[in-house]
Amino acid sequence: MRRGTGNTDTRSSAETSRTTGFDEITILWISEGMSCDGDSVAMTASDRPSIEDIVLGLVPGLPKVNLYNKVLSPTVGGEEFLAPYRMAARGEMAEPFILVIEGSIPNEKINGDGYWSSFGNDEITGEPLTLNWWIDHLAPKAWAVMAVGTCATYGGIHAMAGNPTGCMGLADYLGWDFRSWGGLPIINVPGCPIQPENFMETLTWVLYHAAGSAPPPPLDSMLRPQWLFGKTVHEGCDRGSYFEQGDFAQDYNSPKCQVKIGCWGPVVNCNVPKRGWMGGIGGCPNVGGICIGCTMPGFPDKFMPFMDAPPGSSLSSMLIKPYGVFIRRMRGFTNVTTNKEPKWHHNRPILTSGYDPRWRPGVTPAQVR
Amino acid sequence: MTATEERRAAGGPGGTLTEMAWDPITRIIGNLGIYTKIDFANREVVECHTTSSLFRGYSVFMKGKDPRDAGFITSRICGICGDNHTTCSVYAQNMAYGIKNPPLGEWIINLGEAAEYMFDHTLFQDNLVFVDFCEAMVRQTNPSVLARAENTEAPNRNIHGYRTIADLMRAFNPFEGEIYKEALRVSRVTREMFCLMEGRHVHPSTVYPGGVGTMPEPTVFTDYLSRLISILDFIKQAVAMNDDIFNFWYQALPGYEEVGRRRVLLGCWGAFQDPEVVDYRYETMTEWGRAMYVTPGIVVDDQLITTDLIDINLGIRILLGSSYYRDWVDEEPFVTRDPLGNPVDIRHPWNQTTLPDPGKRDFNDKYSWVMSPRWFHKETGEHLALDTGGGCFARLYVTALANMVNTPYVKSTGHSVQISLPKSEKLPEMTFEWRIPPWSNAIERDRSRAYFIAYAAAMALYFLERAMERVRGGDMKVFTNFEVPDEAIGCGFHEAVRGVLSHHLVIRDGKIANYHPYPPTPWNGSPRDSFGTPGPYEDAIQNTPIFEENGPDDFKGIDIMRAVRSFDPCLPCGVHMYVGGGRTLKKIHSPMFGASHG
Repeated sequence: MRRGTGNTDTRSSAETSRTTGFDEITILWISEGMSCDGDSVAMTASDRPSIEDIVLGLVPGLPKVNLYNKVLSPTVGGEEFLAPYRMAARGEMAEPFILVIEGSIPNEKINGDGYWSSFGNDEITGEPLTLNWWIDHLAPKAWAVMAVGTCATYGGIHAMAGNPTGCMGLADYLGWDFRSWGGLPIINVPGCPIQPENFMETLTWVLYHAAGSAPPPPLDSMLRPQWLFGKTVHEGCDRGSYFEQGDFAQDYNSPKCQVKIGCWGPVVNCNVPKRGWMGGIGGCPNVGGICIGCTMPGFPDKFMPFMDAPPGSSLSSMLIKPYGVFIRRMRGFTNVTTNKEPKWHHNRPILTSGYDPRWRPGVTPAQVR
Repeated sequence: MTATEERRAAGGPGGTLTEMAWDPITRIIGNLGIYTKIDFANREVVECHTTSSLFRGYSVFMKGKDPRDAGFITSRICGICGDNHTTCSVYAQNMAYGIKNPPLGEWIINLGEAAEYMFDHTLFQDNLVFVDFCEAMVRQTNPSVLARAENTEAPNRNIHGYRTIADLMRAFNPFEGEIYKEALRVSRVTREMFCLMEGRHVHPSTVYPGGVGTMPEPTVFTDYLSRLISILDFIKQAVAMNDDIFNFWYQALPGYEEVGRRRVLLGCWGAFQDPEVVDYRYETMTEWGRAMYVTPGIVVDDQLITTDLIDINLGIRILLGSSYYRDWVDEEPFVTRDPLGNPVDIRHPWNQTTLPDPGKRDFNDKYSWVMSPRWFHKETGEHLALDTGGGCFARLYVTALANMVNTPYVKSTGHSVQISLPKSEKLPEMTFEWRIPPWSNAIERDRSRAYFIAYAAAMALYFLERAMERVRGGDMKVFTNFEVPDEAIGCGFHEAVRGVLSHHLVIRDGKIANYHPYPPTPWNGSPRDSFGTPGPYEDAIQNTPIFEENGPDDFKGIDIMRAVRSFDPCLPCGVHMYVGGGRTLKKIHSPMFGASHG
């Protein structure tokens, strides 16, 4: 069994060097990003597999898993809870660990002596330890790093235009070419929140990889699992045939295709209409909820206002029958745009989100004071 | 800070104070730290400060956005009750747009919200709170209580099937106990029920201003009903188990009623609209507020002082204490009069301008991100630090006193709430009665959670009947179309699972000019305000007696944790506070309970 000491000399390509796996692995989950803890909560909704299946060792062939997550921790909290995180930050954790980050990463370079988000205090000074400090200390030592939810993957809601915190996704913070000690890129599972089974399935694959019995999960250029995010919402939507017939919902009472009332499904990479929200129940346009693009790097800004028809949808819906190939190409352009994060998601020491707390309509933007 | 000084004086002469801190607190949503001074000689918490460490800035970045986006955006405030925000936002937007949801759409939202209460209270109670009462924990903190539990027969064993109190406590052991695992399963069934109505948990997809997009086919209601029936045994057993454990606690540890106790100062903003009455007009809000199936109101020292949402609305004040914000009193107000001509205070959410001003933690100046919501009681001139009792407690308390809810399944009596659940697989038809207890304390907040799950299940049966009646009558309308006006204001009042929730909205030029959500945690978890009044967590933990058998060296703080968790803390609601003396904190490293299974 190889042990994660944080020594970068032992880093090697996952494909070539690992012939044997780990018997035991630790999951250090930190939800202290700009988050709502909704991904931790959503994770508990999955029963395929369930988190207790993993923790109790019911899935054959996986390493023994030690899960540390604030929402589910049996400890009362404080130092007792923080101990494994501190141990890993010091490089003293015996077994390899997977770092799971939930929530977007604030820009701590723009707030003087203040801080946006912290996780415990410095043991000597008593000052808050920022999330960024923990990432800086843990990511280089982690066998694998996972970003859970759209906030952690791409910035998400809290990185919206006008935000005060300058927050961003984990890959914007660590760099898109980051490699973990186990030779893996950041593994992004977007979704606001994550579709519960999408996350647990990805985690399980990573654990099989840790056990030495599977290759790393295949990821696309935005570091998403390909089998989950390789198709669009529209391609999996059971209202798609209304689109094909050029028969569109005019308001939300209708069971028909919702592209004219705000659904972005044709250009959004997500499997929810096909998989359902949990246990095959619920979802988005398949059950009457417009797709607002919540899995996408461009979420939310490139999809707002949510309840208006996406630009281009009237053209594509008008031309649907004769020009299928043309439509596919047009959608390709929009898909490329919505797969990019807005340019203000960065870790430079400046806030460029257009933040203006005194904003009023028709008034020249106030100087940011 | 007079309140603090008084507390300090009450600390007991001669006692040596030990500083102890827990940061972060686990098994809650969000970032919370507890900083205390404990008098171990007199076995009492003398001083408590609570801190949170997260600022995201919703009220700032929503400015200038399309008002219709508000329900989608505000859901992301909270990862466990986001849908409560969406619903509250729909209420506020409906007022601003001058529309109402079609009755069937309203029943569907009520069914979704009922499922949310069932899910969230179950997960929080059985998988998070009850770890503090489980065998593995009590073995470490109070071995003598566990020994007594082994020899105490559970009075309701014929209902839940566990012979002794200790058997019950074992069933709550994390990841391994039977009830712990069953609760996770039930939390999934109830979330599926939620998804049937609102599309996705926890950020809904099918809820819009003007109604829902949920397809009201009979199948949706069948799927909901069959799941509801399947969990009725669990819900009935949960009430019986909670009563057994909490009654045992009072017997085993006399004086436990003082843990987490504070003055009865409760707020509830009401839940479950009656579509036959609600029209979302501000002018008629008093009437339709009182028609809600959970009654809004404020209780001060056992007295119900109002059930009028207009009174409630106008009394809200957002105070600054020692927070990282600049004051907005010199900014231009947005709403000087409400639609009835009543003056609106500059400290009311409609008029708030959020001006974040991050800085170093300085305990003599600014040390907190949270503001302090208070309710101005004009009869006494007090700014009341209301709490929600974790939501369930205030909802039952206000509804019981108000005597306004009268349905076949849930009835208010003026001093209690009667909840009837029909026959289920193992258990017969049962009626539970929640009676107003003598205290507002940790145990009664926790106990009320089990009763409110039953309340929500019972109301869900009623809502299902009303909805299916409409569907069978051919009504399929769930959504009302609307135009966004150039200028409008709106407010929404609802109950998030853990308590009061309000959204205040100002529209100018068809855009959001101001938007302020006030969820329960700023109320419960606020720091000392500009008058020096501590927030409810701090207030409830101060003077809490210590029953834990461990001394300072292996102290876990279990009584303090029970006190704070009883409020169901949910910190992403925007709390950010830190109050403390800047002194070196004594660090306590406790044994790693539960480390083997994380």
